[in-house]
Amino acid sequence: MSAVQTPSPAQDDTRRRSPLAEVLFSLMRSRTFLVGLFIVLFWVACALFGEHFAPYDPLADDIINALAPPSREHWFGTDQIGRDVFSRVIVGSRDILTVAPLATLLATVAGTALGLLTGYFRGIVDDVVSRILEAFMAIPVVIVALLAIVALGTSKATVIVVIGLSFAPIIARTVRSAVLAERELDYVAAAQLRHESAFHTMFVEILPNVIPPILVETTVRLGYAIFAVATLSFMGFGIQPPSPDWGLSISSNYGMIGGGFWWTVLFDALAIASLVIGVNLAADGVHGALND
Amino acid sequence: MSLSLVTLFLLSIMVFLGGQVLPGNVGRAILGPFADQRAVDALNHTLGVDRPLLTQYATWIWKFVRGDMGTSYIFRSPVAPFVIDALGNSMKLAAVAFVLVVPIGILGGVVAALNLNRPLDRIISLGGLSVTVLPEFVTGIILILIFGVWLRWLPISAAWPKDAGFFTQLYYLILPSLPLFLVLFGYIARMARSGMIEALDSDYTRTAVLKGLPWRTVIWRHVLRNALLPTITVIATQTGYLIGGLVVIETLFRYQGIGSLIFTAARGKDFPMLESGILTIGIVYAVATLIADFLYSVLNPRIRLGSDQ
Repeated sequence: MSAVQTPSPAQDDTRRRSPLAEVLFSLMRSRTFLVGLFIVLFWVACALFGEHFAPYDPLADDIINALAPPSREHWFGTDQIGRDVFSRVIVGSRDILTVAPLATLLATVAGTALGLLTGYFRGIVDDVVSRILEAFMAIPVVIVALLAIVALGTSKATVIVVIGLSFAPIIARTVRSAVLAERELDYVAAAQLRHESAFHTMFVEILPNVIPPILVETTVRLGYAIFAVATLSFMGFGIQPPSPDWGLSISSNYGMIGGGFWWTVLFDALAIASLVIGVNLAADGVHGALND
Repeated sequence: MSLSLVTLFLLSIMVFLGGQVLPGNVGRAILGPFADQRAVDALNHTLGVDRPLLTQYATWIWKFVRGDMGTSYIFRSPVAPFVIDALGNSMKLAAVAFVLVVPIGILGGVVAALNLNRPLDRIISLGGLSVTVLPEFVTGIILILIFGVWLRWLPISAAWPKDAGFFTQLYYLILPSLPLFLVLFGYIARMARSGMIEALDSDYTRTAVLKGLPWRTVIWRHVLRNALLPTITVIATQTGYLIGGLVVIETLFRYQGIGSLIFTAARGKDFPMLESGILTIGIVYAVATLIADFLYSVLNPRIRLGSDQ
């Protein structure tokens, strides 16, 4: 974040708040952002401390009480081997909230580097790389994941790499277009006249000035990363049992919903929906605050 | 179009690498860890996986182009009939989703634009946006619970009885097509809305109004036509998404489409099936993009095929 406040020397700091404070101020006044942040923080708290306030051990089975409907003992009922659904939903936020942010981080780092390189050097390399990235973006993440997982096997690391690399071109595109505008400005020309290395110009001079669009794109991507992780877990290619992960729980229980055991899937589905919507609301708020 | 060909090429490379190179010794994988090394070598030679990569790739593509998709490891029979059957089923599902979503999505966007910033606009825009960001299997599960389990209006599986007629099949396809509908609705309505707003705000609309044309004529003849253009682009670009969505939806609803075909093939490490399935999807994507480009040029008075832009 500190990069956002890199002040230009000409700016009059006495009358205005620093840009960072300005952004934070408008974020705190954005109802969309606050609602989103609240939902996300709720699930983060569940991920961190869920075990301590979950009423049951999310992994402990209790065959006698299997498939019990919601009741006072089991608020959300129990699943097919008698595990408490409420406890599983609470603790189930942990894996998705580790894998999705890590994938987003990878996408942001790789995408920013690619975007800086293609935007700064332009020319034939940019043309070729951009075309390839654009073509790559058309391939659905699920397909990339299927191939990678067949070839490399299932693990959290595979999921992180697949989603990270699938999203990197999208971030690269955003960064590239921001860099294209920046590189025409005087401070870049000044750096070039000082014979700074290209690396220095890109990462020390330009990068701090393109942080806002990167931040927006990253928060948006986090929403899609959660979407993708949940989907892959549901498909059996993501987080593996016995994790109480939401997508995974739905995949192991939805075969029985014809029998009316709705509680084994509904709460997990609502949990995913709330987290995805929470992140998107927060992203929307960040977008609004940075584009004012 | 050229771009979608690059996509297709990239996809074929990825499929080739993922399916034939990275898994390592194919013969060993098929015959198991206890098979005799000579048998493994012989099988590798029969399958052609001991030849140089470039030769393998070229042979593979050439065979595919001629309709020879290889032999399934699991079913021990040619892959092509499976892929063609599955593709047909997927097209039915996608067709139902598209037939529902294109008119309703465009209508939603147009209605939203005509009621700009009024409650109706807010409801359509916000509603569309919220359902678009949800994973298909989540909306799918919730829809199954509502319409299949609680109300019992629609079957929860897409596998219709044997010899079902057109309307029975349609009945079984409504529920599976709804999650796709919801995701696409948001995109299409948003594009139609912004295209419409832009068209309403343009000089040609003002001219049309000022020269005294009735409002209805202005909307139909001038605004709508220009507002639809970006929508077509979205529909085309969403084909890629739709294919990803099909994999999930077909799995959820146990539907024998191309998505569940490649999913099952991936789980069973049935590489010829997996490769052919994915490559077929890539071709469908490229063709869809081509059709969209064509439609765009037909509808856009500023672009005509054959002119320099």
